[in-house]
Amino acid sequence: MRWVTAQPTRRATLLLGALPLLVLALAYIVAAAARHADNAADKILPLPGAMAAAMAGLLFEPDPLSGQYLFWADTIASLGRLGLGLGIATASTLLVGVLVGSLPPLRAFLGPLVTAIAVIPPIAVLPILFIVFGLGEVAKVALIVVGVAPFMVRDVAGHIAALPREQVVKALTLGANSWGVVLRVMLPQALPRLLDGLRLSLGPAWVFLISAEAIAADVGLGYRIFLVRRYLAMDVIIPYVAWIALLAVVLDFALVFASRRLFGWAHLGAR
Amino acid sequence: MLSLRNIWVEYGEKVVLERISLDITEGSFVSIIGPSGAGKSSLLRVILGQERPTRGTITLDGAPLPRECGPDRGVVFQRYSVFPHLTVLGNVLLGLEFSASPLTARLFGSARRAAVSEAEAMLGQVGLADARDLYPAQMSGGMQQRLAIAQALIKRPRILLLDEPFGALDPGIRGDMHALITRLWREHGLTIIMVTHDIKEAFALGTRVLTLDKRRHDPHAPQRYGAGVIYDLALTRKRAPEPAEDASSITIDTKVNT
Repeated sequence: MRWVTAQPTRRATLLLGALPLLVLALAYIVAAAARHADNAADKILPLPGAMAAAMAGLLFEPDPLSGQYLFWADTIASLGRLGLGLGIATASTLLVGVLVGSLPPLRAFLGPLVTAIAVIPPIAVLPILFIVFGLGEVAKVALIVVGVAPFMVRDVAGHIAALPREQVVKALTLGANSWGVVLRVMLPQALPRLLDGLRLSLGPAWVFLISAEAIAADVGLGYRIFLVRRYLAMDVIIPYVAWIALLAVVLDFALVFASRRLFGWAHLGAR
Repeated sequence: MLSLRNIWVEYGEKVVLERISLDITEGSFVSIIGPSGAGKSSLLRVILGQERPTRGTITLDGAPLPRECGPDRGVVFQRYSVFPHLTVLGNVLLGLEFSASPLTARLFGSARRAAVSEAEAMLGQVGLADARDLYPAQMSGGMQQRLAIAQALIKRPRILLLDEPFGALDPGIRGDMHALITRLWREHGLTIIMVTHDIKEAFALGTRVLTLDKRRHDPHAPQRYGAGVIYDLALTRKRAPEPAEDASSITIDTKVNT
């Protein structure tokens, strides 16, 4: 057996993948237990029981001040901002990215603008967004859009521009006009790439969401983490981080599944 | 039918084609051969309307040829001729949909059913009737080229342009494709212009063989002179009325199950 050609079976793959996660969890518990043996009131590495107790309060008991179930309110607020931001980014990519990629004159016109926006670090724009849009929801959604859309637009436009020239010529010999080429040749081939770009943008989108929430918010997963940090409440922070990770994984899987379901043709080559 | 008058193609300093004057009669099968870089594909692109000649005129039935690609000239490239996101049927339907509805480029209802049966008949002619729901990525190179031919022919083009259409295929498959294109050429009364690297193929299929090469060569400035037509051979040899080869090679399974 050579390492480069070895193909682990399905079970072995699952087992191999689970092993590092288990080792990490075990190492944490051992370290936490050791700290608690020294100091029963340790807050830095809480034991699972303490995390469960702290989270139960956020999950099942309404906050005495606002009457909300904080964990769920945070989750809904964050996912709403994320969804809205990514939705706007996706819609603008469909419009701008597909047209810029398909039509060379439009590419010459808008290409430099998109590039200029894309090279600005989005967090540097955050103060401007807060000043312009205030501290409400709009600024947070706008940060996600500004951070993610230029990448997605460039990715989709580049993909379309790189489609073989022969396809355009062929479509024209089939009687298409420019609109027909965009609608039936370019757009359908851009869609799987768009979902791919959306998937890759999930990571940055979370970063921008949590940054915006950390700075100015009154509800949200990022807001809660940065709030309880003041009390060294690792028993809340760690479950929240794990929850964010789980949400990110689920979204990623959902997008992969959707792409395979909707655009089966794009995945035929990989078999 | 198609006539080229004193066509020049230049890319800046580099002269690719010079003084090309040709008359192509309706129903002929013209093969174009020549060494690499002799401008075979450039000539094809000029006739296709994908490129503009720097000098000269092209007329189709006496009228100047539109300087854009259009449905009067079909094309099959060596690769990338079919759309990967459409099924076999979708690829053939596309040509009918484009012309029928400029806004949505789609057909619905009875118009769609009529188009589907027309497309299925065309697929039957190229031997792809059983593959209608496959995507191009699921098919062999030969099947993809069959599809590309069907896709072009559904528009009933006056001229079919082939740019090394069989260059990437296995020799056995290529034989089948030769039989297919010969049959379609005859049945549809097509005018075909084919660029090829394969001299045997050029003579086997064509009724006329053009050879492009440079007439003059300046060793100090190789880009100075372009290629022209150095041989123009009309193959007067009459073809056998019905080549015996194709029917069996296209039918995949002739066994009768009882």
